[in-house]
Amino acid sequence: MTIKEIQDEIIDEFSMFDDWMQRYEYIIELGKSLPLINEEYKTDDNLIKGCQSKVWLQGEQNDDKIVFTADSDAILTKGIIAILIRAFSNQKASDIINADTQFIDEIGLKEHLSATRANGLVSMIKNIKMYALAFDAKNKN
Amino acid sequence: MLDIQKIRADFPILSEKVNGKPLIYFDNGATSQKPQVVIDAEAKYYQEINANIHRGVHTLSQLATDAYEISRVKLQHHINAKFSHEVLFTSGTTHGINLVANGFASILKPGDEVLVSSLEHHSNIVPWQMLCEKTGAVLKVIPINQEGELIISEYELLLSEKTKIVTVNHISNALGVINPVKEMIAKAHAVGAAVLIDGAQAVPHLKPDVQDLDCDFYAFSGHKMCGPTGTGILYGKEAWLNKLPPYQGGGEMIKEVTFEKTTYADLPHKFEAGTPNIAGGIVLGTAVDYLNEVGFGNIQLQEKKLLEHATKRLLEIEGLRIYGNGKNKASVVSFNIDGIHPYDIGSIIDKLGIAVRTGHHCAQPIMNFFCIPGTIRASFSFYNTKEEIDVMVEAVKKAKTMLS
Repeated sequence: MTIKEIQDEIIDEFSMFDDWMQRYEYIIELGKSLPLINEEYKTDDNLIKGCQSKVWLQGEQNDDKIVFTADSDAILTKGIIAILIRAFSNQKASDIINADTQFIDEIGLKEHLSATRANGLVSMIKNIKMYALAFDAKNKN
Repeated sequence: MLDIQKIRADFPILSEKVNGKPLIYFDNGATSQKPQVVIDAEAKYYQEINANIHRGVHTLSQLATDAYEISRVKLQHHINAKFSHEVLFTSGTTHGINLVANGFASILKPGDEVLVSSLEHHSNIVPWQMLCEKTGAVLKVIPINQEGELIISEYELLLSEKTKIVTVNHISNALGVINPVKEMIAKAHAVGAAVLIDGAQAVPHLKPDVQDLDCDFYAFSGHKMCGPTGTGILYGKEAWLNKLPPYQGGGEMIKEVTFEKTTYADLPHKFEAGTPNIAGGIVLGTAVDYLNEVGFGNIQLQEKKLLEHATKRLLEIEGLRIYGNGKNKASVVSFNIDGIHPYDIGSIIDKLGIAVRTGHHCAQPIMNFFCIPGTIRASFSFYNTKEEIDVMVEAVKKAKTMLS
């Protein structure tokens, strides 16, 4: 599936919820079920420091695709990470670079991606793109 | 006794809705809400007397200057300073602290010591670190105990003839602990050290008496005491303010300028370069009038009730821990629930219309001391009610159920 198709699928899933509580409960579930990041990747180098919650992000190349794993110490942040990983992991570098994150607004989580939340998610998206740019540059060489 | 409903009617924002729910504002430690008189006074200044101060001979300039200087005198009386020229207008506490720290660069020598407390906000740590880097002075830290109280016996051990300045907050922003500043000031003076008190979190709750405290400097912000943002006061004893060099150069702070030499203006203008926040300075006086009209006795009584109620109700929640349990506390409750990140609780109760602060409260050393990423901080003002606290407690319980 393309990133856009996955994002549309996520929007579809969230449209079933009537209110924020159901949305949050789902995100909490996603957070709990996020596959654990390999402990060796929870290094300071992989740590994205938000003011409030921490995010660890690790990207690896698998053939022509990038696989991301991540973790956070806050469960809501972790749930949103799970959504981002679903959308961006196992995709081609060039597709990741060109993808947008508009779908987060559409599923009603816009405020979690605002800079004032300082939860590491804004930097996480930036870092996902940075990984993609780095892999893309490496592959072109 | 305060008529809380009447008081609440003074604050238009308190009838706003957030996320479809009536706003419950418990982030007063970050900034207070503003009463209608303060909002009106700001508009009135611009509508009726806006002009630059201390320079024009025209009537408007005179009116604006008078209003600004009357406000300075109000603030002088409010904190019981000996002279109005000991009261400097600043943009806030941070500005005041930086002004003093910068001035001490010309006083400190390598090996001198600056004493800060473990309870400080970053704005009362970083300027002193910068000062130490610049001068070769050494930063020493007064430790706290598990209740979040400064350990006075350790403080006494740290004091020596090397100590040149001690800087401590009157009330901790992260925990709400009220520090024994008067006692600490006397001890510092005994070794010849100056003392700066960061009063940012104290001024919404009490009327500091700078002569009784005998502090050398007292810095606070207007926006935490019902005044406008970008306003503040630095009190300094006359002798100290005369001794310190100017912080910024510019208009208004000079006596005479030639390319060979500039002589500086007298106090307080020596420290007030450039056109100040005129409207803000004037309206800060309005805010102080408002608070005095409500009465600090009434404010403290109401806030004590709120603190007791919140502490009792929150502790009903299993696994909830309150940080800062000393006897002397302002109306602040900083807490966590076992195994749950404060960000998660904060995000969920925000959806229920409750504004609290989550995170490290710009006081990371305290969070490191307790080995936590942050806390949820509910800080109450006299316009809050027990009913609002009950709504918060239910919201926290709901968040806990969702997150467990």
